Amino acid sequence: MNKKTKFICTLVLIAIGAGLLVFIDQATPSSAMIRSVLQLSAIYSLAAVSMNMLNGFTGLFSLGQAGFMAVGAYTFAVFTIPVASKPTVYYLYGVADALANVALPPAAGIVVAGLMAALLAAVIGAPVLRLKSDYFAIATLGFAEIVRILVASSVFNRITNGSLGLKCIPGFGSYYTPFIVVFICIAIIVLLMNSTYGRAFKAIREDEIAAEAMGINLASHKQMSFIASSFFAGISGALMAMFLGAITSTTFPLMLTYNILLIIVIGGMGSITGSIIASFLVTFAKEWWLRFLDVEHFIGDFHVPLLRTGFRMVVFSVILMVVVLFWSRGIMGQKEFTWDGLYGFFRKLKNKRQEKSPVGGGAAND
Amino acid sequence: MTKENILRVCDATMQFGGVVAVNNLNLEVNKGEIIGLIGPNGAGKTTAFNVITGVYAPTNGAVELNGKRIVENFPQGKMKQLYKGQNNGKYTKSHLLTPDKITKLGVARTFQNIRLFKNLSVFENVLIAKHMHAKGNIFSATFQLNRKEEQRMREETLELLVLLGLEKNKDDMSTSLPYGKQRHLEIARALATNPSLLLLDEPAAGMNPQESDELMHFVGRIRDDFNLSILMIEHHMQVVMGICERIYVLDYGTLIAEGNPETIQNDPKVIEAYLGVDD
Repeated sequence: MNKKTKFICTLVLIAIGAGLLVFIDQATPSSAMIRSVLQLSAIYSLAAVSMNMLNGFTGLFSLGQAGFMAVGAYTFAVFTIPVASKPTVYYLYGVADALANVALPPAAGIVVAGLMAALLAAVIGAPVLRLKSDYFAIATLGFAEIVRILVASSVFNRITNGSLGLKCIPGFGSYYTPFIVVFICIAIIVLLMNSTYGRAFKAIREDEIAAEAMGINLASHKQMSFIASSFFAGISGALMAMFLGAITSTTFPLMLTYNILLIIVIGGMGSITGSIIASFLVTFAKEWWLRFLDVEHFIGDFHVPLLRTGFRMVVFSVILMVVVLFWSRGIMGQKEFTWDGLYGFFRKLKNKRQEKSPVGGGAAND
Repeated sequence: MTKENILRVCDATMQFGGVVAVNNLNLEVNKGEIIGLIGPNGAGKTTAFNVITGVYAPTNGAVELNGKRIVENFPQGKMKQLYKGQNNGKYTKSHLLTPDKITKLGVARTFQNIRLFKNLSVFENVLIAKHMHAKGNIFSATFQLNRKEEQRMREETLELLVLLGLEKNKDDMSTSLPYGKQRHLEIARALATNPSLLLLDEPAAGMNPQESDELMHFVGRIRDDFNLSILMIEHHMQVVMGICERIYVLDYGTLIAEGNPETIQNDPKVIEAYLGVDD
């Protein structure tokens, strides 16, 4: 396959994806499940890819994702809630004077959310990145919890509205907004990972000592990766805030980090395409396909056992365990989807069939 | 003719707790030389390498590169009481560099137990070593504003692989290579950083006589092709005696002999260290 055909194939794939989206947007009623699940999947895929940048590509096992998403979401909310709605949102504590007349357009809000998360990452990165493996995970985990508690604390009542949370957050301008933002962000991440810096990150993942001996400054490269990852985590948090319309500190619990971790493990640590595929699969399964398990069913007079509220999560956990046990490298492993890979896969399939068929034919002749 | 000095290790002592791993090591490498560093197991050879490349900060002493002092340290803190080495008080400055900075100054190394980037291809392994010379920052690299630089890095990498006979394996996973080629790849990766001094830590370990013979010629060749000075740790006496111009012998962290291969072979102290001596 030459470059041109690959390029055309990619364009066709994107066009098909966009076409499907338009079709779903036009053909389904605005209350259809698939619409919101698709949006949520897209947001999760950005969160997953940004976490994968750190965990899968740089080899830094971080558990601070929910924290950075919370920072992004709250920053976005604080800066974009329309001035007119502020009195109703902050009805109990009142709004901080400096913020009373601030309302950025959502596009600017998204960027500010990312920058805020990145800034925070830069501040905590210096001490935290000195820690190795498990200790780094624990430190980032702690950070996520601190963010959650600070956001709900009374100190910031006039900014984050304490435990009441924020509402009246501007939603998506059109149905396609989250997809476009996610597409742009992931495209940037792909470019970054294919650049010389991306390769340096991978080198750090493979062998820190060798990477350092090759002239890669560990501290600064880890910092870069941490900041970049947090920037996109912040954006995904902002998108989440737009999607939900209202956030509280409990919107970003530790469970969220684990959910995203799960997505990248299923998709394959170190694979961007894997993370995207997995976030759609997991979100669809969790939010939609397995919903029927939560409802009691009758087949004729037969009452189907076990089905009740919460059973969905049991089944989901079992599926996860099976995936992790028998498919521990995830869907994609460390590979990315490539046209060459797909072509090779089909050729192998064809060759196998050809190898089999003469044997079968010979047997028939005997 | 005076030789241009590349590396000079001055009174380097490395002490871990109460153990003196390298004791007052003085070592010199001149331009274009191949120098051997030998000694029984646990003599402190690799520790000496780690001191030179910045993995460890020496407890006392200094390292000079091209006549410039790049690393210097003296016993501080708890080490003040614990220090058992010599020359205490001779060095009063503490100036340390991380390994990446030392690599940038032109010292490349390989490792005793091969440390390749395992899940990356041969080509990528070498390409990564070119990263430190990249001038573009993370933004220009991401948005491909410096395409020429990327292009140049790739071309140089390919050239290097052709030169070292690895171009046929360039898309293979680094771990799928046979052992000897992995050693070659590690050297190729070190060469990609454009070093003036190459440190080889047991390049012939695990090789059969024929392979180590090839390696010997290979090391000589890259010295000429890349205008290098080489310091190598090696246990294969055949290799060491074959190509090294001078040899340093370490035992229990202390330098016990230095000189050309013939002197070393006949040095009673070296024979004692390697074979033991009758009471």
